[in-house]
Amino acid sequence: MSAATNAVDRSRVGPVDALLAWGGRNAWAVGLLGFLVVLLAFTKTIQPSYGASAIQGLAISVLPLALATVAQAIVVISGGIDLSIGSIMALTSVVAASQMKGQGEEFGVAVVLAVLLLGILIGAINGSLVVLTRVPDIVVTLAMSFVWAGCALLVLKSPGGGSSDWLKELIKGPLVSEWVPRAAVVLIIVVALVWIPLRRVRLGLSIYAIGSDRLAAFRSGVSVGRTKVIAYALMGLFAALGGISLTASTGIGTPVPGPYTLLSVAAVVLGGVSLAGGRGGVFGPIVAVVILQLIRTDMTFLSVDPNLAVVAQGLILIGVVMVGSLIQLRRSRT
Amino acid sequence: MSGAVDSQSTRSPWLTWRGLKVLFRDRPIIPLLVLLGILVLLSELARPGIVSADWASVMIRAAVPLAILAGCQTLTMLTGGIDLSVGAVASMAGFLVATLVGGQGLVVAIAVALAAAALTGLVTGIGVGVFRVHPLIMTLGMGLVVLGLANVWQLQMVQTGSGVAPELRTLGSDRMYGILPYSLLLYVPVAVVILLGLRRFGYGRLLYAIGDNPIAARLSGTRGWQVLVALYIISAVLAAIAGFLISGLTNVASVTLADSLVLPSVAAAVIGGTSILGGRGGYGGTIIGALILTITSSLLTSLGLPEAVRQILFGSIIVFVAAAYTRVTSDA
Repeated sequence: MSAATNAVDRSRVGPVDALLAWGGRNAWAVGLLGFLVVLLAFTKTIQPSYGASAIQGLAISVLPLALATVAQAIVVISGGIDLSIGSIMALTSVVAASQMKGQGEEFGVAVVLAVLLLGILIGAINGSLVVLTRVPDIVVTLAMSFVWAGCALLVLKSPGGGSSDWLKELIKGPLVSEWVPRAAVVLIIVVALVWIPLRRVRLGLSIYAIGSDRLAAFRSGVSVGRTKVIAYALMGLFAALGGISLTASTGIGTPVPGPYTLLSVAAVVLGGVSLAGGRGGVFGPIVAVVILQLIRTDMTFLSVDPNLAVVAQGLILIGVVMVGSLIQLRRSRT
Repeated sequence: MSGAVDSQSTRSPWLTWRGLKVLFRDRPIIPLLVLLGILVLLSELARPGIVSADWASVMIRAAVPLAILAGCQTLTMLTGGIDLSVGAVASMAGFLVATLVGGQGLVVAIAVALAAAALTGLVTGIGVGVFRVHPLIMTLGMGLVVLGLANVWQLQMVQTGSGVAPELRTLGSDRMYGILPYSLLLYVPVAVVILLGLRRFGYGRLLYAIGDNPIAARLSGTRGWQVLVALYIISAVLAAIAGFLISGLTNVASVTLADSLVLPSVAAAVIGGTSILGGRGGYGGTIIGALILTITSSLLTSLGLPEAVRQILFGSIIVFVAAAYTRVTSDA
């Protein structure tokens, strides 16, 4: 829906108008960003030493989940859901770690590229199964989560492997100013490289279209099946990036899936993407991931029991979604 | 539901491929029973002589907790929902009983655990029914809340220590006359209530109605939110019962005990023919689904396959069965 209006009003408007229009369409994301700023200010007041190095740590710790969330967002926008993202990340992470161990730096580049291709392939397999079997997405990807986790265990039985030094350096430390963490720059560049061009071409519109209304999309000439497979392939690409970022930040590969699948679903919803599909973007979910992580950090600073922090996370998830659906209910009534 | 089509299937000779397909579509439990039979046969071929009354009772004992949790999924899936909090609720219930039984006695401990579960279900139901939060998100969030609170409780209880009540161990793992699992004494009534409740009682029909067409259900006078609140309370209480049995079966009480059963419980309901989109399915298939999953994983273990291969096969089988099911039931 919103993608269609994008294409129309993007022509011949000034940059300010364009920015305002973008803000209007992404009100939820802008609100999240405002909340993030408030939260950062709050963090600074309760922990005056919170500074550049803490921001760098924050960026590194959110990177895997942020990439997983982008992956989930793309599938959810296309009207699906993928419950195997955690397993795909584990698999790509162990493949990268096992192949890079003890190898040269150039070989590491080849491994990273190969793993990204592997991710695209895995995603395409998930998508093809959904399209061909006509079984609901949630069931297929749930079952595939066992398959990919099993494959990860085949590659490495226990945590191990290694990472090329350049890969570790890529996300460590600051860039230019000490306030700009490399991990954040990597995240923004990677997402921008794929997502922004995608939004501007027919394919991006098709992804929104099949999520919004399959039948309408089909009748306007969108190849629903192919678009869905591509959406899943993109999911695979970002999940593989998430897996590689796990290897880069820990220096090893772990064959056990982390909590990324369900957290990514939560972050996607918090980020303003509708689980019904067709609405939202990837920007809001990324901000939501940062907020979730920062809230946990703050709770540590306030020396709240970490278990209560888990409770708070659940309550925030429910509360925010409740507010969101209340707004929706209000709107639909008027 | 299948009444109108039934007359057709009796007319067409079911020995033909098309007739067989119609039969499978109207009685989806038949192919599931065939699959179950094949799995039993394969188990016997893999380890000749293993299939016996003793083996069957061990399988049933292992499948009962899964079948109860899959019941939670079946009921919620019929309305187009899902309950991902069953793992946390079941673990919490088992853990509460284990920590309270020493000081308060078994009856009080079980009552407290059931009350805690019902409270969880009430909150979930209000979220889903009144505030229209997506069930996936609501139960995911409640799962986190319950897990966190159970952990807090665990820290409080470190001094007093805990242990699974002997009565629950008997109920979960012992067998009457060495053959009939005691857990069946609890499970059979539960299963009968679910089966009859879905078929014979108005409440069960309301679940189908809401899942099939929520607007039509509302327009014909159903108060959807009341049905959903009751549904999620029922689901949480069932999960708690499963939690008691799991802690008794494994003789362990931990706050993450049942987490590994959440995904299989969804899979069992799906294999059993309940549509995750709502309005279609039933509990009979789910019971067979839980048995199929239990026997499959035991078969894969007895083949001596490594964990990795077992997981891969397990996932592939679920996709395959779900796909075959969709193909058979979608069009004649």
